[in-house]
Amino acid sequence: MRTASKKSYVLVWIALLTLLLLTWGLAEINLGPFNNVAALCISVAKMLLVVLFFMHGRYEKALTWIFICAGVIWFLIMVDLTLSDYLTRGDVRDGVSTSWHHPQVNPPTLQPGTTRELQHQIPR
Amino acid sequence: MADAHAALQEQFEEMPQQKEAATLGMWAFLATEVLFFGAMFMSYIVYRTTYPQAFAEASHHTIVLFGTINTAILLTSSFTVAMAVHAARQNNIKWLFRLLAITVFFGLAFLAVKGLEYHEDLNENLWPGPHFKSELPPQAQIFWILYWIMTGVHAVHVTVGVVLLSIMAWMTSRRKFSDAYYTPIEISALYWHFVDIIWIYLYPLLYLIHRYSA
Amino acid sequence: MNTAMPIESPEPLREERVPKNYITESRTLKSWLFTTDHKRIGILYLFSILFYFIIAAIAAALMRMELITPAGDMVTSETYNKLFTIHGTLMVWFFLIPSIPAVLGNFVLPMMLGARDVAFPKLNLLSWYLFNAGGLLAVYAVTFGGVDTGWTFYTPYSSTFSNSHVVEMAAGVFVAGFGTILTGLNFIITTHKLRAPGMRWFRMPLFVWSLYSTSVIMILATPVLAMTLALMSIERIWGVGIFDPRLGGDPILFQHLFWFYSHPAVYIMILPGMGVMSELVTCFSRKPIFGYHFVAFASVAIAIMGFLVWGHHMFTSGQSIYAGLVFSFLSYMVAVPSAIKVFNWTMTLYRGSISFATPMLYALGFMGLFTIGGLTGLYLAAVGFDVHVQDTYFIVAHFHYIMVGGMVTAFMGGLHYWWPKITGRMYPEKLGQLAALIMYLGFNLTFFPQFILGYLGMPRRYHAYAPEFQIYNVMSSAGASILGVGYLLPLLYFLWSLKYGKKAPANPWKATGLEWQTPSPPPKHNFVETPVVTGPPYQYSAEAAEAEFTANEKGEAYG
Repeated sequence: MRTASKKSYVLVWIALLTLLLLTWGLAEINLGPFNNVAALCISVAKMLLVVLFFMHGRYEKALTWIFICAGVIWFLIMVDLTLSDYLTRGDVRDGVSTSWHHPQVNPPTLQPGTTRELQHQIPR
Repeated sequence: MADAHAALQEQFEEMPQQKEAATLGMWAFLATEVLFFGAMFMSYIVYRTTYPQAFAEASHHTIVLFGTINTAILLTSSFTVAMAVHAARQNNIKWLFRLLAITVFFGLAFLAVKGLEYHEDLNENLWPGPHFKSELPPQAQIFWILYWIMTGVHAVHVTVGVVLLSIMAWMTSRRKFSDAYYTPIEISALYWHFVDIIWIYLYPLLYLIHRYSA
Repeated sequence: MNTAMPIESPEPLREERVPKNYITESRTLKSWLFTTDHKRIGILYLFSILFYFIIAAIAAALMRMELITPAGDMVTSETYNKLFTIHGTLMVWFFLIPSIPAVLGNFVLPMMLGARDVAFPKLNLLSWYLFNAGGLLAVYAVTFGGVDTGWTFYTPYSSTFSNSHVVEMAAGVFVAGFGTILTGLNFIITTHKLRAPGMRWFRMPLFVWSLYSTSVIMILATPVLAMTLALMSIERIWGVGIFDPRLGGDPILFQHLFWFYSHPAVYIMILPGMGVMSELVTCFSRKPIFGYHFVAFASVAIAIMGFLVWGHHMFTSGQSIYAGLVFSFLSYMVAVPSAIKVFNWTMTLYRGSISFATPMLYALGFMGLFTIGGLTGLYLAAVGFDVHVQDTYFIVAHFHYIMVGGMVTAFMGGLHYWWPKITGRMYPEKLGQLAALIMYLGFNLTFFPQFILGYLGMPRRYHAYAPEFQIYNVMSSAGASILGVGYLLPLLYFLWSLKYGKKAPANPWKATGLEWQTPSPPPKHNFVETPVVTGPPYQYSAEAAEAEFTANEKGEAYG
């Protein structure tokens, strides 16, 4: 298996520390929504450096990359479909789920006439 | 014959097959760890998008200095363990041992700094519950619950990594490894790099939310 | 005709040297408890899951007894809550999930690939110990007062209000989950790295494809469950947590995280059964599988798409309507690969030379019962219908048709099919056929009325109900007792067969597949020489079977 040289490891290490200072520095500046974007991009860059060089991802075969990508993709599936709920709450007025995130409204109490479904009466 | 090698297990035909199986196995395990931490990151994402103000306020009480130092420590320890694997490949057993020991030292340093930080956080009433810092809104407690759990689970993984690498160092001192066989070193290093990667994400998410307004 | 190279059998010609098989090679308890032999580990799992099955079945029996009368007069509602929780938790995590993979998969997978063992035999043993460590915690929770949250552990009841042993049970599931992860990891690496020469991916038996797909789900989904239960437990122990509405937390987040695992988990439970089906249907219709590639890819498709549909458990939870629509659409899509498999098994039967040996009876039962369960799943994928039957007996009937009518049936079929290989003994065939029939009738009598009950509106998890539902409940409880007989019979005759069953040849079913090329029971390392594979699987010939059948005057195809 082809291997990296000592020098490449040192260069990657220096790059990682540089990115660390960059991410800290950028957090101290107000870039609006780009703060989040920048922080995420820098983290992804650091991760790629570690995976490709320190973990020898550069030399690994396709099957290994399928395993790596599977973990990431499955995490993104979880995020994407869960956010499809959270980002669309309140898009359709249904009386209950629109106001879930205001602590003073929660928890709703069961009273007759609310939108919560009451179960059938059962004999005791 | 390949099965003359002392470390070849009976279910394998030859050493390269065994090594590939071990490496692939560790990568598969790391994929499971992505999902394990993923549940916590998912919770973080949900609540940060819902309560951006409260999360920003809450995160201003984390100690950026400690977080940054710890990130530097872990990044450097990734470097040293990668160099250790390199040393193994060059059959430089002396440096293999030293670099493993240095990595272990960095791991312990990380835990020490974390311990100091936890101590400070507790002094600041940042432990969720009835005595939580009253100046912060209730949603800030969610941030701090996630902080304690995420860094706590991560610290457990760092500890496991420290133990693993210590065992590797001990086995190195007993002459178990050479350039012909050092697979356990490689896969332990993979685990250590993963622990570093998790922290690479934790650092900005926990310490760097709108630091400009802190 | 099979194209695997015949292997030198270790059967000696001389009487005095009886070859050792994996059972006889060492008889000490220590050699069993510290074994790394995948075959022994499969048997260890068999004993373990039987133990948990019995506890969960007793809970079900008590529930069905209570439900004979409308009034809640046998147990209190609190006790009833504990019964259905124990039943669900133990059946899902300590019986169904391990059943085919850990018992039959462990035993047969390496042999099907021509391997000597799995890739990581020591991890395999560790996974059995983790499984039972979790089981011990679960049994502790059951013994010392039970859990009453339902197997779904919904917050805030589980995290705040329940007064039962939630944390112990959650811890048990957590620990057992790591056993599952290790098993899945082992199977994946074994399939990639330990195939015999010539065993290309598209020459593998479909049982391997389904176990591989199952393993992918196991390793990607189970960690999320572990963390979710931990988060819930932390909230319970420390009194504050991320699902707590007083802090602005959302209990529905727990449901998202829980079902992200638990929906794929149901595919963990059914996919191995489908794999067994492919083996049985081909062998007992003496035909190659119709559409091998489609069935193989369908397994992978089920594994992947199964992760995209979890919100269909949450249509009535407070999830946004948009998300409900997305999940509903995706749930319709996920039915397609399962349907493809059912079509392919049906087409395999067509123009086959079918025999009604016990494993085949179970396979045929599976096809009908799984189809009913699956189709009712499509009804439930429609949000408009689901909101009416959510949390009613319709749901209970739906998943029992798939889990019991499908998975347990397939497990029984596979157990009967591989029993001669595992033990070296034949079970009594007539009794086997009788038990299969009893199980089928009992099952339908138990669960079909539950569809009607749910449709009429009887809620689930209630120990008392409106009097107009009684007739269906009585039918269901009667069916349950017949179903119990259907399970008891195999337990008894399998045990009987260990001592008195006819000795089995290496290949009693004249099946293809490498596992049949080695003696029954196999030697410790499975094969004397590593086999070489030169052709596709399932090289059966229905015409040859028919010719042999008519030529044989007694009309028996099997010796």
